[in-house]
Amino acid sequence: MAKEERRKERLDRGIKARTDGLYAIQSWREVGYLVAPRAGLILGLLILPLILPGLYWQRVLALAGVYALLALSFDFLAERVGLVCIGGAFVIGVGGYIAGGLNYYFALSPALTIPIATFGGALICTLLWLPCLPLRGIYFAVVTFMFPFLTQSIILAGGLLGSTEGLSPVAGFPNIWVGIYLIMVIVLLSIFGLRRLCGEDIGIVFAGVKDNDQAVLASGINITRVKVYALFIATAMGCFGGAFIAHFSGFAGLSLFAVDFSIMPIAACIMGGPGTMAGPVLGAFILAPLSELLRGLGQLRVVLYCAVLVGFILFKPEGLLNWAARKYHQFEHWVKV
Amino acid sequence: MASKLDRGPIEEVAAVDILIYGIVNGMTFALFAVGFSFVYGISRLPNFAHGALYVVTGFIAWTFINSAGLPFWLSIILSLIIVSLAGVAIYQFVMIRVRGMPISEIIVSFGIALAILEGLRLQGIGGFKGFIGPGYVLPRFIDGVVDTPWVTIDLQRLFIIAVGLFIMGFMWLFTHYHKMGLALRAMAQNERAALMLGINSDRMANISLAIGSALAGLAAIAIMPLGNINCESGYDVLTKAIAVCVIGGLGSWGGTILAALTLGLATTIMSVLGGTMWNNVLVFGLIIFILIVRPSGLFGQQKELEERV
Amino acid sequence: MEEEKEPIIKVRNISKTFGGVKALNNVSFDLLEGEVMGVIGPNGSGKTTLVNTITGFQKPDSGEVFFRDVKLTGLPPYKIADLGVARTFQIVRPYLSLKSYKNLIVPLWSPRARRFAGSRGGDRDAVAIDLLEEVGFERDAYVPYKLASALPLGYLKRLELARCLALRPEVIICDEVFSGLSMSEIASMVPLVENLRIKGASIIMVEHRLRELFRVADKVIMLDFGEKIAEGEPEEVMQDPRVKRAYLGEEIEL
Repeated sequence: MAKEERRKERLDRGIKARTDGLYAIQSWREVGYLVAPRAGLILGLLILPLILPGLYWQRVLALAGVYALLALSFDFLAERVGLVCIGGAFVIGVGGYIAGGLNYYFALSPALTIPIATFGGALICTLLWLPCLPLRGIYFAVVTFMFPFLTQSIILAGGLLGSTEGLSPVAGFPNIWVGIYLIMVIVLLSIFGLRRLCGEDIGIVFAGVKDNDQAVLASGINITRVKVYALFIATAMGCFGGAFIAHFSGFAGLSLFAVDFSIMPIAACIMGGPGTMAGPVLGAFILAPLSELLRGLGQLRVVLYCAVLVGFILFKPEGLLNWAARKYHQFEHWVKV
Repeated sequence: MASKLDRGPIEEVAAVDILIYGIVNGMTFALFAVGFSFVYGISRLPNFAHGALYVVTGFIAWTFINSAGLPFWLSIILSLIIVSLAGVAIYQFVMIRVRGMPISEIIVSFGIALAILEGLRLQGIGGFKGFIGPGYVLPRFIDGVVDTPWVTIDLQRLFIIAVGLFIMGFMWLFTHYHKMGLALRAMAQNERAALMLGINSDRMANISLAIGSALAGLAAIAIMPLGNINCESGYDVLTKAIAVCVIGGLGSWGGTILAALTLGLATTIMSVLGGTMWNNVLVFGLIIFILIVRPSGLFGQQKELEERV
Repeated sequence: MEEEKEPIIKVRNISKTFGGVKALNNVSFDLLEGEVMGVIGPNGSGKTTLVNTITGFQKPDSGEVFFRDVKLTGLPPYKIADLGVARTFQIVRPYLSLKSYKNLIVPLWSPRARRFAGSRGGDRDAVAIDLLEEVGFERDAYVPYKLASALPLGYLKRLELARCLALRPEVIICDEVFSGLSMSEIASMVPLVENLRIKGASIIMVEHRLRELFRVADKVIMLDFGEKIAEGEPEEVMQDPRVKRAYLGEEIEL
């Protein structure tokens, strides 16, 4: 009984075959093909704050930007270096409290607190997580997951740093536009910066550590040091996000350690396309407004993230951006077998 | 420790108090942990919904006793059955799909836990009142107090110790002598070999989750009467279960008991010295510390389960 | 008159036990500079454990290993590689997600390679392709540009060697480079090993394929159940009755 079967055949588009590797670009159309996605991303992020209605949505956008940074750092660490770190809340909290604290106690302006929080916070997070680096995947993940809870309980038990009320008021940005565009620019710089980094030789070493760390050891490289570099970069991004939130919302409190910050980046990453850098950013910009709409449900938002995560893992593990890139670069048609 | 506190006859009693209550506390830790440890030990599934199942049992039992007016024993048994089925449902409908991806397993089961715990807390959806407030209490098994020359202790707490020991003993016997228990242990030690012998991995996982959930429920029945039923304890139970498993390591019931007793005594002492708020710091701090220093746990036997660092 | 060659690797009384099984039992030997030494023995005799112990991937329970005058035991593997003792892996470990020549960027990025790089240090890609060509990747056929996951085993074994070469090692420890290869592939590997010796490296080769090993080895030691039961020139060792018994078993009267 012969059943007519079909299979999907995928062919690279002519343009991709010609431009991939950049051997020769023959026309403006081909230039356009290459530039369009990147331009779209840049323009999109820059224009979005202008077209959204009202203060409320602009605040959501800024928060989405912070989530984007977290998703980006998660993607970088997990997909490019092989370190699965679910301690996003800890990084945000450290950055937020440093910036908020410096402003609240010492009246330093945001122009100073944000850089100090970014790099000082990254230093602190990296040093604290340094002893965890030799741990295998899941143990490292669980340890980093626990850190925000530990810090929260220390702050509560010790009555430190404003305890349940937090530190308030914290100086804000002179203008909401400054805030929004600051975060958008940093997100864009981070995407392109990280992509560039991963193309450099050290990026190759990162990929080696992820693929086969014993072989990297046998090549005379101290993998703990390599992981430290990666961790510092990733936590710097998160600490910037935390510092940003503290100033943007004028408040630094225990909510900075919310478990949202740990779980949402993972959902955003899987949804947007792991490994693509821009994909997780896309995921964050979709999930953040979505979760805002569900604010009424309180903690159940995290259930949404988990649902998204599971859904995408099961049905579309390549993520949205990889799917879109495939459509862009290849065309498919059904072929009779 | 005793010598530090030994400043007079009153303080002397206090030391014994700490010992006894520390042991009780340790037993509660053990009861919290045994269900979680069992599931992870057998099926390598980190069931982060463990705490939620604990709380759910309490509420279901309460509903049967108060709203449905069923007799005590019937309510207990029914709620244990229901929570077992809930555990199986969690595996069969959700966890089975992410089996083998540990990060996803954790996040997914944690998501379910949140859904349950926060869902129970919700008010106003369809007239559902939400389980908030001090009014929800489970009745004790045994009322009354025991007066000894050293310390006064209520029978419920002694009951907890008894239940804990009973469960430990039962589980040990079960996994060493009963065919099903042996199959589960086989699964734990070498999944591939067990599969080759015809033991069905998914069925084992279902069974281990059923048993694990029932153990969580049993813990709830024994311990909840000491206080009231609330949703926050769901997170607390999970954390403590993880702490015991991490510190004690997997695969040895002895290790679990030792770790639980250590934690129980440590937190009791901490409460006396500094107040209960530092308990969380102690527990989280110990989890992190042990994971860094000795990921297989202080008494970990089954090193095969621990991936090589 | 023959010069006294200095031992470049000294292994002294190495022992290692794994939960009741003595993988290595008091093994000692010297590797002279410029020498090619073979390590043979039946499966489970402790050969790979020996390699792991020398290169730092496992710690011996007792005993010491010296490279020139530096004590290797207790050092982490990357430090040992940094000193100039490179190894290949029995089960090849390429970076599958990377292109072949990119695989070499990792060792070229290491501190040791950078020390040797000098003025040409900047263009690691070019150095990588040259190295691959040395081990037989045909540049014209664009083989270096293939993804490592697309390479057959023969090329992957050569990639392992290239990885070592990138470090400009003084000692190379080859863990079964000939195994899993077809006869023609092995035939093309042997000159590679010869080449390494000519360049001045001292080599330890753990091998099962005795015929090819004996073509290149100056000296051979044999391990059985973790003990060194023979040492000497290849022909001598093969005549040793203990060696015969270990490989072929005993004669029985029927």
